[in-house]
Amino acid sequence: MHEMSLAESIVQIVEDTARANGGGRVSRVLLEVGRLAGVEIEALRFCFDAASRTSLAEGAALDIEEPDGQAWCLPCGESVTFSGLTDACPHCGSYQLQVTGGTQLKVREIEMY
Amino acid sequence: MCTTCGCGTDHVHIDGVGHALARGAQAPLTGQEQFAPAGNALPEPAIGAAGVHAHGTTAARIVQVERDLLAANDAWARRNRERFAAAGTLCLNLVSSPGSGKTTLLVRTVADLARRRTVAVVEGDQQTSNDADRIRATGVPAVQVNTGKGCHLEAPMVARALDGLPLAAGGVLFIENVGNLVCPALFDLGEAHKVAILSVTEGEDKPLKYPDMFRAADLVLINKVDLLPFLDFDIDLCEANARRVNPRVEVLRVSARSGEGFAAWLGWIERRAGTRRPVPSSGRDEARP
Repeated sequence: MHEMSLAESIVQIVEDTARANGGGRVSRVLLEVGRLAGVEIEALRFCFDAASRTSLAEGAALDIEEPDGQAWCLPCGESVTFSGLTDACPHCGSYQLQVTGGTQLKVREIEMY
Repeated sequence: MCTTCGCGTDHVHIDGVGHALARGAQAPLTGQEQFAPAGNALPEPAIGAAGVHAHGTTAARIVQVERDLLAANDAWARRNRERFAAAGTLCLNLVSSPGSGKTTLLVRTVADLARRRTVAVVEGDQQTSNDADRIRATGVPAVQVNTGKGCHLEAPMVARALDGLPLAAGGVLFIENVGNLVCPALFDLGEAHKVAILSVTEGEDKPLKYPDMFRAADLVLINKVDLLPFLDFDIDLCEANARRVNPRVEVLRVSARSGEGFAAWLGWIERRAGTRRPVPSSGRDEARP
């Protein structure tokens, strides 16, 4: 359940941002969580609701963008898209994939009043 | 819907368990809710903070944030890494499931290394100081970090633990993470390498089941190989599975009980550890600039 630590980070970042912008209530939080980031989205939502109680983010909707994994396939010599770390290259079936994207984990923006 | 005036959509839109709980007190469930898979349909933005919005007041505004969730941990990890570099200490973060023989392996490793180098250990467990006690019995200093409900070590915990440990040029600091193959993968502690330990009494497919951890590791130790004659464990398949999720990973076969494979494991450490000083010092303040 490292999602609880992540949820606490989200609340911290959202509160810091909201206070720096007038201290209003936050109605929506937009996250970017890559499909290779090792995060269980349902658990993150659950933890966010718990971690945000009594904060400026309490009750805020959580929008989550989930970009696909990107990797460089060594045999193909080109960039490919895949969704899991145990997936093979969709073109050649090789596992010689070097991950280049899809591990991002960040707060993109907040909507506040 | 808005709990002040009742405006808004006719049904509560629930996007995952968390929202069901959070909204439950304000809008009791009716049985008419539409459940959507996570990440697809997004919650109604019309519902404001705590399900209430004021009519005729300032409209919502968007504030760009673009901040990494792990930024705070990573900043501490960077500080730890600088501290290890300043002291000339190699830091290894040992990760595995509970019961892989991590502590037994560590006891045998530090007992050997401590004859030549300054060695110290940070032990992470939810409860008890049993593991630190086992390390201290070898004469090597150890600090136990109890994470309580936490499932992994984070970089600031390690930073605090370092204050009580010797860091010396040519020294080696081992961090034994909480037994868990999921969460510790995500948290950089400032280590030079993550070492994943897997024992032959587990499944060959463990690297496929927990790919994040095996991808994060630079070395996999397959432990308890002395038990192979009594098991149906296909060790070649296990190695192939580890390379499938991490084509560049190194794999060594060891037994912490018999010592088999330890020359290779100790050699792996020796090649990465720095030059040691002729006379070992207490080293407590060496990391401080």
